[in-house]
Amino acid sequence: MTRDTAARPGAPLLDADVQALASPAPAVWCSGLRKQYRRRTAVDGVSFTVGRGEIVGLLGPNGAGKTTVIKILLGLVRPDAGDVLLLGRPARDPRSRVRVGYLPELFRYQPWLTPAEVLALHVRLAGVEVPVGERRECLAAVGLADRAGDRVGGFSKGMQQRLGLAVALVARPEFVVLDEPTSALDPIGRADVRDLLLALREREVAVLLNSHLIGEVERVCDRVVILDKGRVAASGTLAELLGGRELRLRLGEVNAEAEARLAAAGPLTRSGDLFTVALPAAPDSTTVPDLVAGLVGLGVRVHAVEPGRISLEERLLDILRAEGGDRR
Amino acid sequence: MTARIVLVVAALTLQEAARRKVLRALAVLTLALLALSAWGFANLISIEFEGGTFTTGELRLVASQVLNLVMFGLSLIAALGTAFLAGPTLAGEIESGIALSVMARPIRRSTVLLGKWLGLVVFGGGFVTVAGLAQFVIVWSTVDYWPPRPVIGLALLAAQTAVLLTLGLLLSTAVSPMASGVVAVGLFGATWIAGVVGGVGHGLGNESLAQVGTVSQVLLPTDGLWRGAMHAFQDSSALAEFGGPAMQGGFPFLSRAPLTAAYLTWTGFWIALVLGLAALAFRRRDL
Repeated sequence: MTRDTAARPGAPLLDADVQALASPAPAVWCSGLRKQYRRRTAVDGVSFTVGRGEIVGLLGPNGAGKTTVIKILLGLVRPDAGDVLLLGRPARDPRSRVRVGYLPELFRYQPWLTPAEVLALHVRLAGVEVPVGERRECLAAVGLADRAGDRVGGFSKGMQQRLGLAVALVARPEFVVLDEPTSALDPIGRADVRDLLLALREREVAVLLNSHLIGEVERVCDRVVILDKGRVAASGTLAELLGGRELRLRLGEVNAEAEARLAAAGPLTRSGDLFTVALPAAPDSTTVPDLVAGLVGLGVRVHAVEPGRISLEERLLDILRAEGGDRR
Repeated sequence: MTARIVLVVAALTLQEAARRKVLRALAVLTLALLALSAWGFANLISIEFEGGTFTTGELRLVASQVLNLVMFGLSLIAALGTAFLAGPTLAGEIESGIALSVMARPIRRSTVLLGKWLGLVVFGGGFVTVAGLAQFVIVWSTVDYWPPRPVIGLALLAAQTAVLLTLGLLLSTAVSPMASGVVAVGLFGATWIAGVVGGVGHGLGNESLAQVGTVSQVLLPTDGLWRGAMHAFQDSSALAEFGGPAMQGGFPFLSRAPLTAAYLTWTGFWIALVLGLAALAFRRRDL
């Protein structure tokens, strides 16, 4: 697990920083974001980066500040402190958003327009030329091809969210922000969104994904940023965050000496005849065979040996509980 | 780029006005008012007054007053319509979330505000022109009266609508859609009543009462513009001949004098100032 150290939280943005960051120009670079609503601190010193073509998941409990961070990145909320670069340009400059697509958590589109008109409007606002055929394909990609001429006012929430995805994708974005993109979708819709995300990755479009569906995040994200109480609690690649592997063994006739041998391999938990040993992130290739041979040598009956991996959900809960413990 | 976005947003605002029910409501109200006025004007020429019908001069004076009364009704419909369009168009979009995906585009908030303002001005101005011209035709065909300066009068009515919708936009950056409409229309009504009170003050020669009207007309120029528009619709020669006492008494549907250039300049400055304040408030607002 690593905390982002590239940014200096709270430090003013220097011209040199801007230039250095502009050359590879990550999709997003933000540093020291802070936002207070009256007495409540919503965002407190958040810094992270989303590289080009990277899919980054933004996780955290309700009220962690995820949506506020997203709104600050897009210039919808004014931060009290901090800097944002969007595709290499300061976010204060509206032009930084020319190649940015956004699906808000609170998605509503002009009810008096048709989906085709909503897309035409957003293309015009983005100042990008997108032919009608491509716009139609975009609607087809979210399953709205046969509703292109109906008024949005008559759409269900799920269909409005699908339209929101099309709006986010229509102006050929290089960076897409999706805030809870599957909150109103059925299982098929969720699978469609996953396919869309994978298609975006193939086109090297960067994505910042805020979702409560951890399984979804685990399946598609390259990296994860975990927010808690307005701060970055942890961030890193999935391998870094889920680094800890474990070994589950079903054993018989375990004596004290065998238990000590198991404990020597890593932190041990026991539930009846099931023993779980937490292994280091990159265990030696001989660790597991040596352990099994040693146990057999000590007269232990080995019924099963299974490698296991900690899920993102377990890891997230661990991190949030640890954070809660730290605060107390 | 900015001008293009202003036009895109203005066109969207007009499209919204055309497709929402408010347009149908406006059309029904306007048609009802026009029909009633046609009926009233048709009866006017046959009314017997102290044993005889009106003389031509008297008829022109009465036509002036009744035309002003009906035009006031039209301006009220325009005021209600635009104030209740101006509120939802900004505050409503912020509240519903429509503003989120729009404002995340590479555009400035002031550009969006200017576009909405322009769209609403065109809508309000268009309504006043079409409904006003229809009313002139009705009056001309029934009592053979055509206002002396119709273009100036309609332009001042359109300006009155612009003033009120600009106020509605400023209010909608701070309060809920419905509240902004209600407050704007309430202020419009209060200023009109203050103008009537000021007129009575003039009639009675009471300076302090007269000042109530003047001050309110400076604070919110809707009533001042309305009085300028009335002056353009009424027949000044008939007024000079027959309207002396009515003028003296501060009759609410006759105007004493045309607007001054200074007042028109102030109105222009007022609109720019309030629109600027709205842009500032909208720019600072978290969505």
